[in-house]
Amino acid sequence: MAAQNGLGKDRLIWMYTQMCRIREFEERVKRTFVEHPGAIRGHAHLGDGAEASIVGALATRHETDLVMPSYRCHGYPLVLGTPARALMAEIYQRKDGICKGFGGSMHLSDPAHHFPTASGIIGQGIAHAAGAAYAAQVKKTGQVVYSFFGDGSSKQGAFHETLNLAAVWKLPVVFVLENNEYQAYTHVALEDANAMAGHPLSQKAKAYSIPGETVDGTDVLKVYEVVGKAAERARAGQGPSLVESKFYRFSPHGNAITVPPVPTQFQEHESIEVYGRKPEFEAAQKNDPISKFRAVLMGNGTFTEAEAKRIEDGVRQEMEEVVKFALASPLPAPEDALNYVWA
Amino acid sequence: MPREMMFAEAIAVAITEEMQRDPNVVFYGQNMAMTDRDPFVKKFGKDRVRITPISETAELGIAIGAAMSGLRPVVELYMSEFMLVAFDEVVNEAPRLRYMSGGQVQVPVVFKAGFGFAAGWAGQHSNCIYGMMMGIPGLKVALPSNAADALGLMKSAIRDNNPVIYLHHYMLMLDKSPVPDGDHLVPFGVADVKRAGKDVTIVATAWMVKKSLLAAEMLAKEGISAEVIDPRTVAPLDVATIVESVKKTGRLVLVDQAPRHSSAAVVIAGEIADQGFKYLKAPVKMVTALDTSVPYSEPMESFVLPSEQKIVDAVKSVLAVHAAAV
Repeated sequence: MAAQNGLGKDRLIWMYTQMCRIREFEERVKRTFVEHPGAIRGHAHLGDGAEASIVGALATRHETDLVMPSYRCHGYPLVLGTPARALMAEIYQRKDGICKGFGGSMHLSDPAHHFPTASGIIGQGIAHAAGAAYAAQVKKTGQVVYSFFGDGSSKQGAFHETLNLAAVWKLPVVFVLENNEYQAYTHVALEDANAMAGHPLSQKAKAYSIPGETVDGTDVLKVYEVVGKAAERARAGQGPSLVESKFYRFSPHGNAITVPPVPTQFQEHESIEVYGRKPEFEAAQKNDPISKFRAVLMGNGTFTEAEAKRIEDGVRQEMEEVVKFALASPLPAPEDALNYVWA
Repeated sequence: MPREMMFAEAIAVAITEEMQRDPNVVFYGQNMAMTDRDPFVKKFGKDRVRITPISETAELGIAIGAAMSGLRPVVELYMSEFMLVAFDEVVNEAPRLRYMSGGQVQVPVVFKAGFGFAAGWAGQHSNCIYGMMMGIPGLKVALPSNAADALGLMKSAIRDNNPVIYLHHYMLMLDKSPVPDGDHLVPFGVADVKRAGKDVTIVATAWMVKKSLLAAEMLAKEGISAEVIDPRTVAPLDVATIVESVKKTGRLVLVDQAPRHSSAAVVIAGEIADQGFKYLKAPVKMVTALDTSVPYSEPMESFVLPSEQKIVDAVKSVLAVHAAAV
């Protein structure tokens, strides 16, 4: 096969594999609420549907570039190289979790793999990402920082203050606005002035005189191209860009908020549960980013049906082991709670 | 040979010396570093010393992100209330991230702000809001009361690997006092006995230390010996030194410029009830601001804030309890 968008066969297969890993990991998190009630506490937010957007963006990284996502943060460290079992163990509140059971689903962190932290408070991580970019600028490390956040975050003061200051300081940061159309439970057309006017959300970049571009976030190769351009601009010292990556999340905002002892599970997506728009949800499912990329890779001869199946089986096997590991990992000792308050 | 130094100058000296010592220390805020003539810009350049827009959330959030990437930012906020527009960053980001990461990251930032400006700044710029911060695990709060502590606490704040709220009292900024030579560091969580005494323990912070020392002078003229203790940091809080003093005096007066229930005094009173009750010969007395917003007009402002006379009266009231008991 010919290289696609400058990406060789190995890289394309790596990208496909990462997309499958994110999907399977999220499926296993979701199933846990049914198969092992109580294993996961609090709120878990899934990134199924975001696979092309996450992988396309992260495939443009250089080795030491930093990644700071929102609380919907399982997918990024999977791609960055954090062991999946340490992520699942964290979500299962275990001692072997990447944060030793101190953070959980919304607050993953793995600085050893270039993922400092995720904030559970909407939009605040955008400022932290710009801070990491400021450090890179002062220390002249050449790093670019990738800031991921949802459409809801783009109505936070943190978003607007940070984009302005990042532009003023020409910080090496790429802002990826993941527009999955639903801010928690509220449709974007009910709460975003650009959306209400029928304009793309990337238009917000104009207010800060930086490039803003909207990309089809279900097309991994297009995301790779557009985010890559923004990353190179940042790397060249020309400052930040805003990329609006449009896709649909296939799961609802999070597991249902229930009060113990009422068990919690994932319900239907808000489009159905709240708005009664089943056709919208079904159309999104037909536009699955993973199926689309699979078809591209089979079409251009990157892999055969049998090879694709082998990858998918391997991923299923990996995540089966991951769940086993997490379930077998011990809970932290109660008095461990006193650790890490002070540095 | 100690130097005489103005409180405000001591802070600037501390930041300057720390920036000279450690290239990772950066300093930024609003309305500073506007031209190349700025003394910090001259010394350290425009990468490390920067001007920001009026964007506290971005300023503090960027400091937090930069701190996790190895810088040691000092953010100039001017007035402590300006932190309120970005309070999530102060209390729900900076002190949480290390803990939630299971110790993988640290957030060495200093949020520097003035406070307590009892000079007609009225309801929104005169407040004492450390009570909102001192109970947040992972967050340190420093309240210097003289130039030496202002310098030494700022140096410790910059070297600390935790987020520190450094609050300097506006009514003390022009006061001159001696500062030791050399690399003067004041440790956090170590109270200082500003005046030794045997009849009563007065605990106060910042401007209230000055007022308490004046009150102690007035009391001395009447033959009453007051010990004045300045915790210097209210988080961590040196309860042991206060307990030791109460063991000796048996009487405790807590002076605080904040309204009663948002004061450090109320926390100290609780700790002494818990750890020092058996040493008390009289109930603990709190001299705090009255439960109002700070009024603009001078007579009303003076009326609601603690004064030397109110401290003297409180001391006499706790001594009177003893006299009656004997």
